[in-house]
Amino acid sequence: MKKDITRRGLGLGASALVLAAPAVRAQTAAPTAVKIGYAVSKTGPNAGGTAVSITPNYQLWVRNVNATGGLRLGDRRAPIEVVEYDDRSSSEDAVRAIERLVNQDKVDLILAPWGTALNLAIGPVMNRAGYPQIAVNAVTDRAPDLGRRWPNSFWFLGTSAEYAAGLVELLSKQREAGLIGNNIAMVSVADGFGIDLVNAARPALQRAGFRASYDRTYPVGTQDMAPILAEAARSNPDAFIAFSYPPDTLAITEQARVSGFNPKMFYVGVGTAFPLFKERFGANAEGVMGIGGWQADSPRVQEYMRQHKELVGREPDRWGSSVCYASLEMLQQAIERVGRIDRPAIIRELQTGTFDTILGPMKLEGNVRREQWVVGQWQNGEFMAVAPAAKAGARPPVLPKPAWRST
Amino acid sequence: MSNTALAIVLAGLAAMAALPFLDTGFWLALAISIAQYAVLATAWAMFSGPTRYVSLATAAFFGIGAYTVAVLGEVLPWPVVLLVAGVIGAVLSLLVGFATLRLSGVYFVVFTFGLAELIRQLVTWFEVNVTRSMGRYVFVEITQAQIYWQLLALFGALLALGTWLARSRLGFALHVIGEDETVARHVGIDTARAKVALFALSSVFMALVGAVMAPRWTYLDPAIAFNPSISFTVLIMALLGGTRSLLGPLLGVVPLALLFEVLTARFPNHFSILVGIVFLLVVYAVPQGVSGLLARLRRGAPA
Amino acid sequence: MEAAAATLVTGLVLGGMYALVAIGLTLQYGVARIMNLAYGEFVVAAAFAALWLFTSLGVSPLIGLALVMPLAFLANWAIYRIFLTPLVRRAPNAGALETDSILATFGLLFVVQGVMLALFGGAYQSYSYLSIPVEIFGATITANRLVALGFAAVIGGGLWFLLTHTRTGTAVRAVAVNPAAAPLVGIDMARTAALAFAAGGAVVASGGVLVSTFLTFNAAMGVVFTMKALVVVIMGGVGNLMGCLVAGLLLGLTETLVASFVDPGLTLAATYGLFLTILIARPAGLFGVAAR
Repeated sequence: MKKDITRRGLGLGASALVLAAPAVRAQTAAPTAVKIGYAVSKTGPNAGGTAVSITPNYQLWVRNVNATGGLRLGDRRAPIEVVEYDDRSSSEDAVRAIERLVNQDKVDLILAPWGTALNLAIGPVMNRAGYPQIAVNAVTDRAPDLGRRWPNSFWFLGTSAEYAAGLVELLSKQREAGLIGNNIAMVSVADGFGIDLVNAARPALQRAGFRASYDRTYPVGTQDMAPILAEAARSNPDAFIAFSYPPDTLAITEQARVSGFNPKMFYVGVGTAFPLFKERFGANAEGVMGIGGWQADSPRVQEYMRQHKELVGREPDRWGSSVCYASLEMLQQAIERVGRIDRPAIIRELQTGTFDTILGPMKLEGNVRREQWVVGQWQNGEFMAVAPAAKAGARPPVLPKPAWRST
Repeated sequence: MSNTALAIVLAGLAAMAALPFLDTGFWLALAISIAQYAVLATAWAMFSGPTRYVSLATAAFFGIGAYTVAVLGEVLPWPVVLLVAGVIGAVLSLLVGFATLRLSGVYFVVFTFGLAELIRQLVTWFEVNVTRSMGRYVFVEITQAQIYWQLLALFGALLALGTWLARSRLGFALHVIGEDETVARHVGIDTARAKVALFALSSVFMALVGAVMAPRWTYLDPAIAFNPSISFTVLIMALLGGTRSLLGPLLGVVPLALLFEVLTARFPNHFSILVGIVFLLVVYAVPQGVSGLLARLRRGAPA
Repeated sequence: MEAAAATLVTGLVLGGMYALVAIGLTLQYGVARIMNLAYGEFVVAAAFAALWLFTSLGVSPLIGLALVMPLAFLANWAIYRIFLTPLVRRAPNAGALETDSILATFGLLFVVQGVMLALFGGAYQSYSYLSIPVEIFGATITANRLVALGFAAVIGGGLWFLLTHTRTGTAVRAVAVNPAAAPLVGIDMARTAALAFAAGGAVVASGGVLVSTFLTFNAAMGVVFTMKALVVVIMGGVGNLMGCLVAGLLLGLTETLVASFVDPGLTLAATYGLFLTILIARPAGLFGVAAR
């Protein structure tokens, strides 16, 4: 027994030694390969969002690039070799994983994790190391500041003010058309995302002359939405707005359906754009609005959808996913224009260039992507972008929302 | 620990302080993580070892320290911020300590967990309804090396305190309580006061660690600051190392932190399963913690 | 008035769910003395099983219950016999067993979660079953929640009957009340504890199956259930079925009342506040006899 334990002790020591050697992936690619690393949340609370909007797109992009022989660097092609880690949804682990990618694995480029908090946590390290940080799944009002503070960071999903403005503009138009009145009910999840959005929405609604007769927040992890929905319904609103997270989005929609709460406009937050939403609610998804949206009729978007389905076995979400994929296309084009792994040059190219992506031409302003699709609506089984209305390709919203059907 | 031993350990810590001059990247990051858990686990064991109260409130005190920095970090000078964090931690721990004295066993465990969650919910509610913003940006000018040095200094202070405590009247009282609480009460020891005092000391260090670590992540929200996995990790590390001696927890912190690191680095997709298996192996193979194992090996007794 | 009645009904239904999820733990901890931190992972595993049966094979969750519960019983029996019995044997006292079981089930938590992640990935899951609105006293509630409540009542009642009216049940209760004296009256401790642990596991699984009909879940959510169940069990008093029920209902009611009449933002704060207050006032929980 004693010998046994000593051996185990030795094993532990040996694994510590292994740590000293840089982690080498099993398949050693040709020396010309470009090493791309990422640490994303495979476990922990962020795993749900990561599995929907991040990992499939990273995998799809790598597969597509390598299918053509790799990234075009000058006159040769360099295949991508991936180094991936799990940050376990923890800021501390994310920081350490990035340090490991930069200093131990010495990867050429790093792709960003899911969520505002993790992107902010790794910001200083990425900045110090001079790696471009393409933060896709992060909505923060500080995006323009952060772009200035860390010129290597790029923010793709815009600011909460944009989402609030787009939503209020849509509401105002519907009111002008006589389809809705002034009365709004609003709930938001008590987390960075929900609070940022509701803080932006409140003044915007007020300026536009709307009245929020119900305006409450609820904690992350609330399991029963019935009391909240009952109170919201009692205020008899023309429009219902929820800045919610995926589990809440489903629970709120379900509770609204069950209790027959059917305001003329029904808007829910993150998760509305998930394919899960359509699977779950079927015909009842029809007319529901939510954050995000895309131009489903664009052939390139359809091609992307087909590839995504083929690789992961399910459809992508209609908000972050396509933007994530487009951001990778941008990165690829920036690398290929520079023609070598020259990170400062790639950063400059991302800052100034215009790129051709599945979402059309894309250009960043002050390191931030402007002109998001901010509101989508399920129309005939597809989550169509409806706001901002001025953006080319926007569908007109369909109001009032049809009545819930019993399944 | 004897004075000589303490001196050797402190000298070792001083030597460790040279690390940032060798590497400021990955190894420093790893060292910060180990140092953080070293302080937390040692502080945890300082209270839970002799009293046998298993606390899950580590996240509560850690979070309070971190939040103090988020609120005051850009307003007050750094030492004052740390002082405030420590004082808040102490006050809260005294309140909690006196409230929980009647609880024992698992009731205390779950109470402390509930406490951490309650504080997290209250901070959330306060941020949402009073300051009307969620998530704070911590842009305190501080280098990673400075964070590391502060953690080392905290660890040194904690060890010195622990050594002194073991020889003080309080330490003696705690020793008796650890052996048999009824006996302790009969020989006239104020068990309640001794336990609460120890809880407060341990909590102050936890709050300070939270304060020191906060600037590392730029962004803080209640979910990050009061993350219950901090409590669990600390608990596991300390139990694995052994809570009987001052350096016991360290014997759990270092191997586990390295193991987590190796597993995440080499098996990112099977981390959970492997960590789980290792835990099970540890429970069966090292029943009294690493320090118990070492003691037995030294005595030459069969394991 | 109608609003208040509706709130009460909603609260009771939610509370019933909490009680249902916690009943299994009160058996596992109260009788077998295993502080099972992997408890929530078993809830989620059962939820995944129900999801898989329903979406792939078209088996209704209520029939799934009949499949999942015996399986869970066997699995938990095996877990207790293989993993936990050695710990029970070597533990010199209750405290040591507590520490060991925390460590071991913490490992189990990671293993089960890892397997679920490998099988199903981290994405959110949800399916629609019996989500038909039913109106009771002005509250509109989905049929699936009511069915869950009904089963909770049946399972709770059945357990209570078994515990109070059978020999084995009496043995189980004896172990819960006084583990030291139970062997003196000829109770086979190991068998009784394994039985309680396995029965607890089967109840947990039923909770997971029922909850999956109305909650959105993913592989990472186990800890939420573990903690909720622990709070309910501790608040009610360890090993006390009635305490478990009352504590669950109390938490559900508090949550719903606070959400309706105070502020939904304070629901969780209120439930934890209530829990802490009760513990301070009654250190062994609502129905607990005395601290061990």
